[in-house]
Amino acid sequence: MQRTSLLLAALAVGLGCLAGSPISLTAAPVNYKVPQETAAFKPGPDLAVVQGNCAACHSADYIKTQPPMKNKKEFWQAEVTKMIKVYGAPINEADVGKIVDYLAATY
Amino acid sequence: MIDRRDLLKGAGMAALLGGLGATRALAEDSVTLPFANGERPLVKVPQKRPMIGLTSRPPQLETPFGVFNDGVITPNNAFFVRYHLANLPYDLDPDKFTLEIKGKVDKPLRLSLKDIRKMKATEIVAVNQCSGNSRGFFEPRVAGGQLGNGAMGNARWRGVPLKAVLEMAGVQAGARQVTFNGMDGPVIDKTPDFVKALDLDHAMNGEVMLAYGMNGEDLPFLNGFPLRLIVPGYYGTYWVKHLNEITVIDSVFDGFWMKSAYRIPDTPNNAVEPGTAPKATIPINRFTVRSFITSVSEGAKLKAGTVTLRGIAFDGGSGIKQVAVSTDGGQSWTDANLGKDLGKYSFREWKLPVKLAAGSHDLKVRATSNAGETQPETPRWNPAGYLRNVVETVRVTAA
Repeated sequence: MQRTSLLLAALAVGLGCLAGSPISLTAAPVNYKVPQETAAFKPGPDLAVVQGNCAACHSADYIKTQPPMKNKKEFWQAEVTKMIKVYGAPINEADVGKIVDYLAATY
Repeated sequence: MIDRRDLLKGAGMAALLGGLGATRALAEDSVTLPFANGERPLVKVPQKRPMIGLTSRPPQLETPFGVFNDGVITPNNAFFVRYHLANLPYDLDPDKFTLEIKGKVDKPLRLSLKDIRKMKATEIVAVNQCSGNSRGFFEPRVAGGQLGNGAMGNARWRGVPLKAVLEMAGVQAGARQVTFNGMDGPVIDKTPDFVKALDLDHAMNGEVMLAYGMNGEDLPFLNGFPLRLIVPGYYGTYWVKHLNEITVIDSVFDGFWMKSAYRIPDTPNNAVEPGTAPKATIPINRFTVRSFITSVSEGAKLKAGTVTLRGIAFDGGSGIKQVAVSTDGGQSWTDANLGKDLGKYSFREWKLPVKLAAGSHDLKVRATSNAGETQPETPRWNPAGYLRNVVETVRVTAA
């Protein structure tokens, strides 16, 4: 196991330099950096509405990795309803149908 | 810092990704898990080797299955990552970090990391497994994180018993449960914060731990640095990361993540008829018993003759009594040799030399726990895609 010296630890920027070392010895916040998000929504109808409503809380891969269901519309309607009712997504009533249609047509 | 071993691993990722469930590399930077819509990128984030990327925000990473053949301890840089809510404490300062213990206690406490590290430390080797591990194999498919078999890992955790901290605070008469909240939270106020609860007896059993150490190092950031809850034998949903708030309550906690989410059918085997909804549910709790072959992967071409099969087994805390292996699709079974016992909550290694004649073989492995639980021949189903523990099959050809 590699041990980074206190001095190096204090100078290091970002955790990438510190993997395997005792980070609790640093005198600074961890400042952990995740890579830039590359997952994107597929092109489709009302894409901007979808991006505006869904991307605030999660990346597009949450949608892309869902299983292929027989009844796509029913599946995505249930998911959008869950986001609103359970997770409190502030989605306008007028946008719900657009989002469900986009998801059912695109994924 | 990526060491040479990691670089070699990266280069050999295609081979390593083999393992059970026929994960195969499409290219160096992606893999396909063996179910419909199973394409995933291989992603590199700080403190981790290339991992199977499920989602990027919040980050969710699955362990490439080949890692489980390297040893019974899962390296920190290969350990899976699961978050629910995207507001992570990326800027947390370990020197300013405090853990608050409050509620129905005589003396509310606020402990620094230094305070906790000064207390008498204990260690335990324990498996952490995501409730939704293997969800992608459910048939019919269900919504949620579509994971292969890599949302599990086994580590040596170091920290202090939760019991010791609760005793310092002095639990008051009438207390019923203890709730746990971490620094990660929702993006919008209306999303329920991720808070979990354990019954007081469970919280005070001396095994539930506040861990700052993992395999001799600090916890990686994405595994809960600087402090997380360890609930041996229980699904990862209870292992709250970045833990900074413990509350003793005199009621049964009714927060969303206990009352509505992470529920399993209240039926024998916690299963229902595939595609149906349960009438009543209970909170998910202990792991079901599982075993895997790690030394050969789906579709492998082997030399006919003697092959030593190897793998792992674990359960929800009674320990592994027996692992049996079949090379003929389950018609006959032979007991495997169990490896070193690292404790009843750990992966248990098993090995068995078998003779494979030329031709194709369905290799199966089945574990039985000390509590007498064994793995079913056919998958059990529940609507959330939890608890998968069917006897796994690896199809190979010998020539």
